[in-house]
Amino acid sequence: MTEITIPEMSLVVLVGVSGSGKSTFAAKHFTPTQVISSDFCRGLVADDENDQSSTPDAFDVLHYIVGTRLRRGLLTVVDATNVQYESRRALLELAKAHDVLCDAIVLDVPEEVAVERNAVRPDRDFGSHVIGRQRRDLRRSLGKISRDGFRRVHVLRGDQIDQAVVAYEKAWTDKRELTGPFDLIGDVHGCRAELETLLARLGYVEGAHPEGRTAVFVGDLVDRGPDTPGVLRIVMDMVEAGTALCVSGNHEQKLTRALNGRKVTVSHGLQESLDQLAAQDAAFVARARTFMEGLISHYQLDGGRLVVAHAGLKEAYHGRASGRVRSFALYGDTTGETDEYGLPVRLPWARDYRGRAMVVYGHTPTTEAEWINNTICLDTGVVFGGKLTALRYPERELVSVPAEQMWYEPSRPLTKHGVREPGLLDIADVQGTRYVEIQDGGRIKVREENAAAALEVMSRFAVDPRWLVYLPPTMAPPETSRLDGYLEHPDEAFEEYARAGVGRVVCEEKHMGSRAIAVLAKSPEAAERRFGIAGTGVVYTRTGRPFGMEGLTDRLREAVAPLWDALDTDWVALDCELLPWSAKALGLIRDQYAAVGAAATAALPAAVAALETAAGRGLDVGSHLVRARRRRDNAARFRDAYARYCWPIDGLSGVRLAPFQILACEGRATALEPHSWHLETLGLLDHEIIQPTRHVYVDLASPEDRARASAWWTEMTESGGEGMVVKPVEVPGGRVQPGIKVRGREYLRIIYGPDYTESLDTLRHRFLGKKRSLALREHALGVEALRRLAGGEPLWRVHEPVFAVLAMESEPVDPRL
Amino acid sequence: MLLTISTTSRPATDLGYLLHKHPDRVQEFAQSIGQAWVFYPEATDERCTAALMLDVDPIRLVRSRDRSAPDFSLGQYVNDRPYAASSLLAVAMADVFRTARSGRCDARPDLAAGPMPLELTLPALRCRGGAELAHRLFEPLGWQVSAEAVPLDEQFPEWGESRYVRLTLTGEVRLADALNHLYVLLPVLDDAKHYWMAPDEVDKLIRAGEGWLAAHPDRALIARRYLGRRTTLTRTALAQLAELGDDTEEALEPPVEEEAAVEPAEETAKKTPLNVARREAVVAVLDELGARSVLDLGCGSGQLVGALLARPQFGRIGATDVSAHALALAARKLRLDRMPEAKLARLTLFQSSLTYRDSRFAGYDAAVLMEVVEHVDPPRLDALERVVFGDARPAHVIVTTPNSEYNVHYEFLTGMRHPDHRFEWTRSDFTGWAAAVCAEYGYSVEFRPVGDDDPDLGPATQMGVFHRD
Repeated sequence: MTEITIPEMSLVVLVGVSGSGKSTFAAKHFTPTQVISSDFCRGLVADDENDQSSTPDAFDVLHYIVGTRLRRGLLTVVDATNVQYESRRALLELAKAHDVLCDAIVLDVPEEVAVERNAVRPDRDFGSHVIGRQRRDLRRSLGKISRDGFRRVHVLRGDQIDQAVVAYEKAWTDKRELTGPFDLIGDVHGCRAELETLLARLGYVEGAHPEGRTAVFVGDLVDRGPDTPGVLRIVMDMVEAGTALCVSGNHEQKLTRALNGRKVTVSHGLQESLDQLAAQDAAFVARARTFMEGLISHYQLDGGRLVVAHAGLKEAYHGRASGRVRSFALYGDTTGETDEYGLPVRLPWARDYRGRAMVVYGHTPTTEAEWINNTICLDTGVVFGGKLTALRYPERELVSVPAEQMWYEPSRPLTKHGVREPGLLDIADVQGTRYVEIQDGGRIKVREENAAAALEVMSRFAVDPRWLVYLPPTMAPPETSRLDGYLEHPDEAFEEYARAGVGRVVCEEKHMGSRAIAVLAKSPEAAERRFGIAGTGVVYTRTGRPFGMEGLTDRLREAVAPLWDALDTDWVALDCELLPWSAKALGLIRDQYAAVGAAATAALPAAVAALETAAGRGLDVGSHLVRARRRRDNAARFRDAYARYCWPIDGLSGVRLAPFQILACEGRATALEPHSWHLETLGLLDHEIIQPTRHVYVDLASPEDRARASAWWTEMTESGGEGMVVKPVEVPGGRVQPGIKVRGREYLRIIYGPDYTESLDTLRHRFLGKKRSLALREHALGVEALRRLAGGEPLWRVHEPVFAVLAMESEPVDPRL
Repeated sequence: MLLTISTTSRPATDLGYLLHKHPDRVQEFAQSIGQAWVFYPEATDERCTAALMLDVDPIRLVRSRDRSAPDFSLGQYVNDRPYAASSLLAVAMADVFRTARSGRCDARPDLAAGPMPLELTLPALRCRGGAELAHRLFEPLGWQVSAEAVPLDEQFPEWGESRYVRLTLTGEVRLADALNHLYVLLPVLDDAKHYWMAPDEVDKLIRAGEGWLAAHPDRALIARRYLGRRTTLTRTALAQLAELGDDTEEALEPPVEEEAAVEPAEETAKKTPLNVARREAVVAVLDELGARSVLDLGCGSGQLVGALLARPQFGRIGATDVSAHALALAARKLRLDRMPEAKLARLTLFQSSLTYRDSRFAGYDAAVLMEVVEHVDPPRLDALERVVFGDARPAHVIVTTPNSEYNVHYEFLTGMRHPDHRFEWTRSDFTGWAAAVCAEYGYSVEFRPVGDDDPDLGPATQMGVFHRD
């Protein structure tokens, strides 16, 4: 038995003449999708697997498929003769371009065997001279194939081919099976005392954690500081004991080279390490050297959800192996230039990071460790008099101990932010067809054309994305009522929830104004800390447009002051209705509603008069006259319906805000709290600008409760109210609507037209399915945005579902629903 | 909606012969969008009045809507069509009084051939341009016009007047002419952007306008409006988002054509229009800079792109806009579908936003922001600066923007030059902004005047040419 060991994720290149049994070998050891053969690709481009004229095109396709698989991290086997160096080189370059290792398996069979096998295959009608040529190429190759650049070349001959067994080797960087919990520790740089204090603070006793936590060092244990040997001793003991992991830093790399007698420039604190190690015994130095030499560039931990590398690592490099991956992990994404302090210029890879894995690193000292797109740099410059920082994972908790003194003069002053998370998003975060992943499972598709419409509105009108943390979802009406004179009635809403197994609902008065989202900070400092933006808050519309009312946010901040203590937060996001409707919608009201009212009130009385005169002279216009009079009255009702929601305002006087839900505050996506909590908490607000939301609770099992709520609705809508929203008290999951709006009969004239009551039977055939589905999807997206916000996720992650809500809102649906 | 036609010619009831409708009957006529009927409120020898009523069925109206109307906006359900005299009434009238409109009347040929005393009333006529325009259009045709504006809402006098007038026309006019006047002028006054129902073929206009349109002083306006301002590109999504945010669709309309709503008072026909002067100035600067690749940020309908494509020295042209509508318009105006391949290969047209970083912006010699910055909300300008000057970082950036000091030259201008402008800068505003951008991102800037250059107030358009340090 011959065992061949190949990396779990790699490119395997089969080498052998036609008829050497490559396809048989591949089929025996690999799955059909892992094997890409040149014959298959010839078939794809020429309908004939043996059409040699199609070879260049076939290899284009082969390289494309192989490249795509490697980019996606799949083991791939190339089944082609590959007897010439040129063809192997192309594949090696492909592997290199995707930073994966590449092995070759050579099947070396005698020429007669190959000729014989081809002879029994009628489709292979090329002469035996072809095999002879391939054989000569292979023989020439075999002498130097080991220098081609393969990680390993496995040559199989005779019986070895049939008896071979393929075994897989895990990548050194692959520690995905370790799930922690971890304590990730930033650059130590020989600061032993601070390290001991930090380990004690983290709960380690003599290098082990009683709860079985694992320490992970991000590298740069050595140089500059007072006791590099002491630090190495602690870390080596822990790694050997299995209570710690450590990746290599650039300083370990250089120190090892120096210890190995290589010529290096002694700078950046290397001298300190060399001096301190010189005072140690030779055995310790040898142990340290072996340890540092064995450190690898990065680790993937916890199922791939956590990546640790000294200088960080972009997503395409996670779990990959190549010179440039190692170089990135050790030195970062450098331009090759140096700055005015002689330090290398680094590209802000973290700014562009969009990966799902958390990346923890060090290397660039800053005064504070800060999250940037789900990555964090833990180098807080302890050796320069800063502090030594650790991150508890998965808790995302930072623990620091201050430096006991400045041990080393920095060549460049420490700055607050290495790279601050930018308030700027990338077009790739929103454009095109996208799938937004929802925390509780499932993905929501955003269609390209909807994204295009949203991009326009977002770019031209919306507030800064750092403020735009939420957009409200649409809400569906109930099933259509069959009650005489009504299109909508509370009965259907109650019935739907009862059917869905909901026990208790709350009916909230629906204020008729403009939907408003208020994001408010207690102070400019809180806004800067939480949102990274100057100011104290914004109030924006359903499409993200600012209300632009002078002083509105300040008045609201004053009004919501009781929430700071009640919620233990210094910022809050509220879902509200801003009244009156005419404050924001005056243009729309005048253009669309008042205009209709004016035309109707000018035309219909004249029509009634003409018909009355005609009736007076004995013409039979009876039914026309009746109808004209009804329409005249409907027009008057229509006019009253919109006018109720209009009143003059002067600055802020006359403006009211009705908050009905607390969307989020520090660390909490409060939108998931029961509605009773919202109403109760918002009940704390007592301020002239705040309009309370009237509400009643309904036990759906109680017919009396239902009747009482219906009567309340009737009374409210008959005196001009828009209607009410029925919501399960506890936020439901699954396919249950988060809320159902039941609109009043008169209000619906604004929506369905003044005379809608004349054609109720036709209008009852309305299709709710799409609206209901949109309401569910948009609600899920909204909640997702708030969860991401509360969970401290990067800006682009919060923006993604918010943008998706706006995109969905451009989906065509009956606007009257 | 209602139209009454009265006459006092004796016997007045002869009106029934001319209209081919009996004065003592109530007659119904099915229409595609509802029901029309004719009856006579009064019919004596002294005075006879025929009334045409049109009852529009809003549901049928929705089904027969114009393809260019936004499919999913509330506006199509709640609108003035059932009440206001508009193009719909013109169509119904043309159908119901088809014979009368042709001037044929076998019973009373003399009466039909000559002028007679007529009074036409429309209690709610949709009239864009106000009562004044109704006077302007009907008076040259021999009518005495009474046009009284209908208030928008009596309870809210501050809202002003509606777009409807109560119209009464009196005069000695041939009946067929009177009907044709209405047939042509109702849609002209209506000028609705959507729900345009009248057939708009040119020959129908010519036939109905025979004998009077050619001599009308406002024939150009009539023809332009009658033939309709049709947009073949739907903007469904945008219209929908507008309503959602309590905005009117017009408020969200993309600024495709960038020109002052009002021309400068002293602008003479000989002068180059400002948009042409600006385009030429930009192209001249690009030439001077030796730019080979140019990115037009906010390309609108592609005016500058067309000029750049015409000059082979610009080997690579990127054109981008945030509005999908603008891009579709640009593609059409530039005739991309029939552009030779070699020319097409020089152009990349794509949607993007100036407030999102975009790798496609990189690698051009020069970027142009022609009349763009003033469309960005001031708090979002820093994002634009970072995207263009910080991230794309072309060697040169050309920025043009209106000079608000010059606005006094626009006699009828109130406010800003374009409804979508978020601000208009004075010269010192602009130089101050440019200096801050240069300091932040490492550029230097020089300023050039574009268009008419007032010695005291500066040029109509100000241009900053930025060079990367």
